[in-house]
This record gives sequence, structure tokens and C-alpha cells, in this order.
Amino acid sequence: MPFQGGYNTEEVDHRSPVRVIGARRWAALELLDLWSHRELFYILAERDVKVRYKQSALGVTWAILQPFLTMVIFTLLFGRLGRMPSAGEPYAIFSYAGLLPWTFFSTVVTTGSNSLINNPNLITKVYFPRLLIPASAVGAGLMDLMIASLTLLVIMPIYGVKFHVTLIMLLPLVALTAMIAAAGSIFTSAVNVKYRDIRHALPFAIQTLMFLTPVIYPVSFLPQQWRWVLMLNPLSGIIEGFRAAIFGNPFDWQGLAISTAIVAGLLTTAAYSFRRMERQFADVI
Amino acid sequence: MIKVRGVSKRYRLGERRGHDSLREIIVAKLKAPLRRLSSGDRDNRDSKRAHIWALRDVSFEVMPGDVLGIIGRNGGGKSTLLKILSLITHPTEGEVELYGRVGSLLEVGTGFHPELTGRENIFLNGAILGMKRAEIAKKFNEIVDFAGVDKFLDTPVKRYSSGMYVRLAFAVAAHLEPEILLVDEVLAVGDIEFQNKCLGKMGEIARGGRTVLFVSHNMLAIEALCKTAIFLDAGELRTTGRPRDVVSAYTKLITDAGAMFADLRDHPGRRGESRPLMTEVSVISTGAEPSVIRMGDNIAIVVKFRSPAAIRPCGSFTIKTDRGERIFHVSDRNSNQLATATATDSGTLTCSLRGLPLMPGRYLVDLWLADFSHTMAPLDMVADACWFEVSAVDLLGSGKLPPSSEGSVFVSGQWSLRPTLSRETSNASKVTEFTNA
Repeated sequence: MPFQGGYNTEEVDHRSPVRVIGARRWAALELLDLWSHRELFYILAERDVKVRYKQSALGVTWAILQPFLTMVIFTLLFGRLGRMPSAGEPYAIFSYAGLLPWTFFSTVVTTGSNSLINNPNLITKVYFPRLLIPASAVGAGLMDLMIASLTLLVIMPIYGVKFHVTLIMLLPLVALTAMIAAAGSIFTSAVNVKYRDIRHALPFAIQTLMFLTPVIYPVSFLPQQWRWVLMLNPLSGIIEGFRAAIFGNPFDWQGLAISTAIVAGLLTTAAYSFRRMERQFADVI
Repeated sequence: MIKVRGVSKRYRLGERRGHDSLREIIVAKLKAPLRRLSSGDRDNRDSKRAHIWALRDVSFEVMPGDVLGIIGRNGGGKSTLLKILSLITHPTEGEVELYGRVGSLLEVGTGFHPELTGRENIFLNGAILGMKRAEIAKKFNEIVDFAGVDKFLDTPVKRYSSGMYVRLAFAVAAHLEPEILLVDEVLAVGDIEFQNKCLGKMGEIARGGRTVLFVSHNMLAIEALCKTAIFLDAGELRTTGRPRDVVSAYTKLITDAGAMFADLRDHPGRRGESRPLMTEVSVISTGAEPSVIRMGDNIAIVVKFRSPAAIRPCGSFTIKTDRGERIFHVSDRNSNQLATATATDSGTLTCSLRGLPLMPGRYLVDLWLADFSHTMAPLDMVADACWFEVSAVDLLGSGKLPPSSEGSVFVSGQWSLRPTLSRETSNASKVTEFTNA
């Protein structure tokens, strides 16, 4: 290649276009495009992690305090006063096991839903697959989750809960939670660009969803014939899975399989509708 | 290489301003069938007035190694074109083929986070612009040198001066090496020395065989850097060809458009978000002949405005050469002379200038109007609102007219000479004698 510039031209084929921009293009997921930008995904996630607790006096301690204090309040309110059943396990650990994935999910969706409207210049001044912006919100949530999990390791022995080998199942369960959190973040962030109603509706929706998810109560709290309704919510299966892993109980594989299928469906749907709405972002934001 | 074929972009009016709320959408959907029953023609009228074409059937090609300059008035379609080429927004019609990786620089420092350090922002911004981490790491020292911020690498950029911030941001951008580079008016920031450094860098990039598209209001930079230029006006491609010819077509258009008086109500130079409050502008000489402005005259810039609500008008204007270089700026935001005036919903705002210090030539006026309660947020801005011609006068009484080719500002100097009494002087006088003989 007789080129004077000292940069690599091998990858450029001047006979066929690298990219064609047309007026109407079917909304494709363009997974290859996403994969080639994976470094940017890490860098954006890293940014969220670094910025998250800047200029806060307690810093990262918040990631421990938030779920821990919620657990204490729940334990006093529902465990002691309300005598909520906890499937025979100590209520503190029981509710904390539910709060870990729940807090992860709700933080990611809440911060993710604002990720696009808080960074309008990333949309109007530069192009990269914008899907990465809400998806990277998972990164900061994941860090919080890991820190909060350390608390779990401390309080488990206090309540006499042994460490079981089933704890290893937490890894795929966290991955599953990350996927559904990403789906929520991706979808709400895109809708938020055009309809700022999301900002007002989301806190309420998240709160409602918490009561529709077995965070403070066990699935067995419901009569047998209604449990299937709860299992339509993939977070139910995930949270029950967290509890099984922590207490060393048998897993409900069928329930987990259903949850996984629903999560995969939701993530794909969210990504497709994001791609479809994305075309308007720069003109609307 | 870039091929642009018949590209058009239509915007729905008001689309950029408001965000539909869900409630409005739902209400509109519910009402739609009812309205169709009651009056069919209102629906029609709504859909007719609702669109504007930001670009209309634009076609051109750029070869590898070419630097293409894009010029035109504000709202002419330049930015929309760059946004389409950089995939930020989609064309309504037409097609673009890009033969190579595209890097776009529509703004410096996109994605900079104020809480992060200079070092962290270099990686963040580089990645956002499309560089790989390894690539940034390799060029890291070069970037830091170019920006000259090595002492502050571990300081959050929110503590940077604005100059440092811009230098760092541009340094990252300048080290982007895509096959196709799109540059919007980012060079308008920073001091002259830094701007020259940036222009040099762009020339270097083009000589390396890459394709560069460059939007600017600085006609000198366009002529110096570009091999070809295109002129967009009202979304259409007006002229294309050698930069010199395209620039003169452009200057002819803006100077023909608005003389010393201009109606501002539908002015093409109005900035997107502005409300059309200023209705007309004129530049008059307060000398014997109001319509002839001569060097050194006392002149007045007179702006009429009309506003839906009473305002306390705070005016500003910038005088530029016909090539878009700024010469000076006068703003009541700095002098506060009318800060305590009573509010009014319409009136005439006049700014008088004593002894106009301009060389003969054509000059453009950018106008700006705000309310004194919010001087940071202008209500109305019109670029290239009107122009005026300054005619030559023998101000110095020497019988010669000052040449306008030597710059735009006229300053009269007081010359004096005191000969040094030394051998060199006597030698010099000998030489003089010799040549006389």
C-alpha cells in the first residue's frame, strides 16, 4: 500500500463502502458493532464507578449502609412486629438475601433510566452504539452489589448460617440479575428521551414492583394456586435462587429456567425497541 | 472517500424544543377521531406547517486525501450534514457511503467528566471518540505534551482553567486517526497560538492521505486548508468548486442579502433556539449623510424589537470582516448602562460609536439581545444580521487613502525620529552622498 501516512490502511477497502447510511434501515441489533465497542463499555462503567461516590463524606460506605439499614428496618418491622414468615430461616439473612439482588436491580434501573438525558452531548455530538450508555449503568450497580455482599459474609456466621457450596450459584444468578437490570435500564432510558414522564413514574413503579416481588416475604407466603403469577416476574425466581444458594437449599430449576427464558426475552425486546427509538434520539433529546 | 447522494433531512417544527408528555400523546390520540368528525381541515393545516427541510437533495463526493471545506450561514445545513455523516442522525431521504472509519469532532471534550482527573478524562474522551485503550496509551505522552497540562494530570478537570480544559480536550481529539475526519467549528475556541497549532495538525492529517471535512466561518482557514469547498444555503448545495470561488460566492450572498438595513423577522442567520424579538436593524452614520459611513465617522447601530412580554433590553453586537473574523464586540452586559431602564415590550435600542476605527471595506454585524434579569441566556441572536461598507477618507490629511489590504483596524500613529550621532550614521550619510553622485 503506497501510503505516506504512518497509519494502518490495510483494513480499508476503497472499493466497497465500510458503512452505508440510508434513510430507512430496519432496526437491527448490530451485535458486532456492540462487540467492537466493548472497551468503551468498560470505560463508561469505570467512569460511573469512579464518579459514584465522589465528594460524598461516607464514600463507598454507602454501598454497605443502604442495604444494611434497609435490612435492619425490614427485620424490625416485618420480621419482629409483622411476624412475616421467612421459610424457617433467620429473617435478617432472609430479607438481606432478597435485598441484595433487588437493590442491584432498582439502582441500575433508576440511574440507567436517566443516563441518556443526563448526557445529551454523548448523543448529539458524537456517535457510538448508544446502547452502551444505559447498559454501562450495570457496572456501578455491580460494584455496589459486591461491596454489599461482604456484609452478608459477616452477618451469616452471626446468625449461625453455614457457608454452603451452593454459594457458587450466586455467580450465574448475579449475571441473570445484571441482564434484567440492563433490560430495564435500556428500555426506560430510551423512553425517557422522548417522554420525561418516566422520571416521575419510575420511582413509583419500582416501589410497586418491590411488593410484587418476594423481597420481604417468601413465595410460599402465597397460596399454592397463585404462585405461578409470582413466577412470571423473573425477579422472583432470581431472589428465590439467591436464598436457596445462601441457605444451601435445593433449587427450583424449573422456576429458574422460566426466569432465564423471560429475562432473555425481555433483554432482546428492550434492545430492539432501543434500536428503533434510537433513530430519533439526536433530533428529540 | 465519501459519496453523498441526494441526501435530505426534514425536521418536525418544534421537535427540538418540547418533549411530548405522555398525557399529551394520549389526549391527542383520544381526540383524533372526534376531531376528524368535527372539522377535517384543521388536521390538514397542522400537518402542513409542521416541517422544515434542514437539507434538500444534497449530493457530492470527497476523494481520499481531500480536505473539503463547508461554508454557509447559520441554519444553512452545515451542522445537519456533519451529523448525518457521523451517524448521529439519519437522513430522511438519500444515501451516504463512507469508505473508512469515521471520526467526528463536533465539539471538543464530549463526555469529559468534571469530577475525573485529566488522565482519566483522556482515556474516557479518547474511547468516546473511537480510540482503543492501547492506542490512547501509546499516544498518551504526545497528548499531554500537546495540551501542556502535565503538572495537572491528576487534578480533577473541574479545577482546570477553561483554557487548559479546551487544550486538553483538543489534544485528545487531534490524536484521533480515522480515515475520515469530520470537524465542526471547534477551532473557534482557544487562543490564536493554539488555533494555529490546531490548523497545522489538520493540514498534517490531510497530507497523511485521510479525508477531512471541515466546517468553518473562518474563510481564511478554508482557503488555506481546503482543496475544494461547498457552500450550503437554506439546506441546498449552492456552489461547489475551488475554495476561492466558493468563498466569493458566499461573501457575495451575505453582502447582497442585507445592506445597511435589514428586516430581521425571518432572517436566515437567526440561531435555532432564539425567539424572533429583534425586528429590524440599521447602521447609520451620524454625519452629514446618514447612508454613507466613512472611516472615523460617528455611527449608530439601531435595533428595533418587539416582545410578547415587557423586557429590559440588554444588547450586544460583534463587528466582523466579510470573511467572518471578529474585530470587536460591544455589549451592555459589560457596561450596564441600561440595566435600570424601565421594562418595555417594544422599542428601539441604539448604540452610538464615536470615531469608527475601521479600514475601508465591508463589515458584518452579529446581533444579540437579552433581558437584564438573565443576561447569560440571550433571548434572540442573529448572526450576519446586516452589513455595512466603510468608505475611505483621507483621515490623515496626507493626500493618500489608507489601503484596506493591510488589516481591518484603523489606528493613527504619531511618528518621531531622533538620529543617533555615531560613526554608523556618518557612514550612512556617506553612502547617501555616494548614490546621489
